Amino acid sequence: MPVFMRIVLDVLKPHQPNALEFVRRLQELESIGRIKLTLAEMDEKTETVVLTIEGLDMDYERIAGVISEMGGSVHSIDEVEVIVESAAGEAEE
Amino acid sequence: MKAFSRIRVLFRITHARRIIRRYFVTNGFDGVLTMLGLLMGFHISQATDLMVAINACMGAAVALGMSGLSSAYISEAAERKRELRALEQALLADLSESDYGRAARFVPVIVALVNGFAPFLLSLLIMTPLWMGHHGIQFPLPPLETSIALALLMIFLLGIFLGQISGTSWIWMGIKATMLGLLTAGLILLTGMAS
Repeated sequence: MPVFMRIVLDVLKPHQPNALEFVRRLQELESIGRIKLTLAEMDEKTETVVLTIEGLDMDYERIAGVISEMGGSVHSIDEVEVIVESAAGEAEE
Repeated sequence: MKAFSRIRVLFRITHARRIIRRYFVTNGFDGVLTMLGLLMGFHISQATDLMVAINACMGAAVALGMSGLSSAYISEAAERKRELRALEQALLADLSESDYGRAARFVPVIVALVNGFAPFLLSLLIMTPLWMGHHGIQFPLPPLETSIALALLMIFLLGIFLGQISGTSWIWMGIKATMLGLLTAGLILLTGMAS
């Protein structure tokens, strides 16, 4: 049963790769449908970004793995929304 | 394709292209000027045995290559480690398995190869007329003087390369670099005459 997920992550990352490159690398994960990156804070060597990721059957571990491969680290999972497709369909009926 | 884009990312996050370019020009100049110095030395002493000149130049080329390789690797690896540590402290994370960690291991190797091979290959190119002369191939000028002219041409081309990087007049940078080469040759001639 496909599960639609939306997660909001608070991520600390270096300035490079920049926001475009960062999002592009995450988008290479096949389960991801939509990503939004918002810059929250900027320091000398680092920046805090808020990542909103949506997709079907997303694997959080793989997302966190790609983030850490780019030098970033997930500080907190701020929001999680899960919609089971069949449940959503039944509710509509 | 994916490997190339990964390498591009590693180069971008460490600004490696800029560093490699700088090392190429700096050590390339070192190599060409050293060859020019050696060749001028042989010219002053009117050495006729090309094999002696070839062996001396080859020895210098290998030494320049090895020196470039080792010095760049040691200094660049230390620099990358320092930068990685500073970033790890800022992020409070271990970055050894991240792109930054990989770049800290990979970029010093590439920089060292460029720094070593730039003077070595340029020296080999400058020595080509000596080899060809040794094998009986004739030039309008004697082989030693042809190599000297080739060294000056290399200096001119490195100047042009610098001009293109800086976005200034490439021909003027080429001429300035060549004048530097001619000044070096003139100084060697003067010291030769004095001794």
